Amino acid sequence: MTAAPADRDTVGPSVGRRARFEEWAERQASLVFILPATLVILGFSLFPLLVSAYLAVSRFRLGPGGFELSFVGFANFRKLLFGSEQFHFLGRLEALGPLSWAVLIGVAALLGWWLARAYRNPKTGVIGKVGRTITATVALGLTALTLTTTLAGGAFGSLMTTLFYVVVGCTLQFLIGLGLAILCAQPIVGRNVFRILFFIPVMVTPVGIAYAFRMLADMSRGPLAPIWSAFGLGELSWAADPWAARMVVVIGDSWQWVPFIFIVLLAALENQPREQLEAAQLDGASGWQTFRDVSWPAIAPTAATVMLIRIIEAFKIIDLPNVLTNGGPGIATESMTLHSFFAWRTQDLGGSAAVAYMLLFVSVVISVSFFHFVVRRARREHL
Amino acid sequence: MTTIDRRPTPVTSIAHHTMPQPGPIARLFEPRRIGKMSPMTAFVVYGGLLFWTVIVVFPLYWLLVTSVKLPIDVNEGPRYLPFIDFQPSAHAWRYVFIDIGGDTFRPYVNSLIIATVSTVLAMLVGSMAAYALVRIEYRPSLGSIVMFLACLAAAIVAVVAAGVPWWIAAVGLVAVFLLLLRAIGRRFQRRLGNADIQFWIISQRILPPVVVALPIYVMFQNLGLLNTRTAFIITYATINLPIVVWLMHDFFASIPIDLEESAQLDGASRYRIFFDIVLPLAKPGIAATGLLVLVLAWNEYLLALFLSGADVQTMPLLVAAQNATRGPQWWYMSVLIVIMIVPVVTIALFLQRLIARGLLVGSVKG
Repeated sequence: MTAAPADRDTVGPSVGRRARFEEWAERQASLVFILPATLVILGFSLFPLLVSAYLAVSRFRLGPGGFELSFVGFANFRKLLFGSEQFHFLGRLEALGPLSWAVLIGVAALLGWWLARAYRNPKTGVIGKVGRTITATVALGLTALTLTTTLAGGAFGSLMTTLFYVVVGCTLQFLIGLGLAILCAQPIVGRNVFRILFFIPVMVTPVGIAYAFRMLADMSRGPLAPIWSAFGLGELSWAADPWAARMVVVIGDSWQWVPFIFIVLLAALENQPREQLEAAQLDGASGWQTFRDVSWPAIAPTAATVMLIRIIEAFKIIDLPNVLTNGGPGIATESMTLHSFFAWRTQDLGGSAAVAYMLLFVSVVISVSFFHFVVRRARREHL
Repeated sequence: MTTIDRRPTPVTSIAHHTMPQPGPIARLFEPRRIGKMSPMTAFVVYGGLLFWTVIVVFPLYWLLVTSVKLPIDVNEGPRYLPFIDFQPSAHAWRYVFIDIGGDTFRPYVNSLIIATVSTVLAMLVGSMAAYALVRIEYRPSLGSIVMFLACLAAAIVAVVAAGVPWWIAAVGLVAVFLLLLRAIGRRFQRRLGNADIQFWIISQRILPPVVVALPIYVMFQNLGLLNTRTAFIITYATINLPIVVWLMHDFFASIPIDLEESAQLDGASRYRIFFDIVLPLAKPGIAATGLLVLVLAWNEYLLALFLSGADVQTMPLLVAAQNATRGPQWWYMSVLIVIMIVPVVTIALFLQRLIARGLLVGSVKG
């Protein structure tokens, strides 16, 4: 800043042009700052998104001297939902039994009641009504899909497998992460050592984690082999059982992601007002009461936000199932990203883009619903 | 407090507690003082923490010991402790570093270059945008954005369906858009604000990378950049941009505006204010965000699957490919994984200091 007047003194005749350029640059500053980011995102998110949409409604064929794309409408999506790829995407669907019907009708009634209440509320705008209708429809569809692929005896496709990773994985990670954060928030010695240790897994390469867990889960030669053989399970192969294989993926994923939730919730617990905590303890409140009435309201908004981030990231899972099980046994551990990748590898570009778009749709509906009905509520009620 | 404690009569101290003295069992569940744990709680707390420490450390320990095992030590059931259960051997390390040294170091150097350069780029572009969103008011009109999207869609259809060369379509897109903006741009009334732009940038994280992987692959193929480091660098810088904008926005917002205002009065340009005043003040934020983005780029796997070829491979791909080429040779694989996670664990130790100070976390509170 002190250099500015000196510049003016030393520069001779070119001062006019230079000053004019600087003036021009200063006027354009607001554009210069934001334009690179905007252009880059336009080029690498929005543009590919549109190209993907185009691919999803066309068939890709390698032809002489390149490739050709022909418009096929929604054929790729029809194939996933009703056609030859249905078992792969939705799963093997079985007719619902009486119990499944009862559950489904119960859920439908609940969703209907929730929708009706929102519609009768004069405060709900058009967007609110449309959004709630979409949320309710997707929730009902996923409930039916869950019932037909589990209770009715069907099998998971990549959609249900992905949801399994998201729901079971995120729940597990939240519970463990919260538990560890509460333990670490106690007046303990060496809190920072634990914090560093517990933080490490989130930085470790997922591919490396996948191989490490393949070694650990080896039931005859892995480190836990003595335990398995003591239970007579030494010859069992988890990789051949769909549910065991999915659980191993979830365990590996949880090992990686618990630290993320832990570190954020611990910071939230440390930031809560001390006086309230001490007041509660002086009043003789039990640990559970203190947590429920003082700590939880203080950290609920942060917890909801961190879970939103975790859910968004969980939908993208590919490394662990690809390396741990290669999607197997059969298609039991195939996430939607992996499904899309396999389709791309077999030159089925249209099918690949269609799966990717279904993933985008499901993850956006669930993330946005979670944001509106959980995160917003948590912030409103607890802030 | 101290004056009460020093009183000689025991009566007051009993009155202070009000409750009768607990029995020996009950004492296990009672904290001795406010702000301390009861012995039972302490047992549960330390037990839980040590249990999770084992869970965190054991897989890493197992990788480390497997890397110094001979094949026979791996194949003949679990052996846990070097020198006691088995004789450690450096054969796997020798193989990975010397026998196939070139095949190891090329991907390693690729990963290093790609991760570092893409991080620097993402930090530069992202910080500028984040700073601009904090300090400058933007009011783009909704209508012109919709118009731009329509032009973009038309250009894509022209390229993909009608076979127009992409650069003609790009020039046409810009020309038509600017013409339309001149002609009818003033009529649009509804405008967006900074919050909308910020939300738009951050919301890119919801986009699953697999949706964009395919077109990016085709795009780099057309540009002749497939199978180069440049393609990786550009792609990784872009996918990490939303994180940078999101985290840096909070750091810039927490910097008091007074310094910048006085610099502006002194005649400093916006660029100068940004690079000479704001960036140095935001150093902890830059370090935290940069390290996080660096690790994300270092670990990235899905887009690498699409973008890599024979010439450019990154470490995650090299590790993942071990299984396919020679069957699971755990000892070599462990060496590769160990050398791959040593840098990120080191970074974790640095990052942890920043996180402990509540950085990074503030932005989650939203």
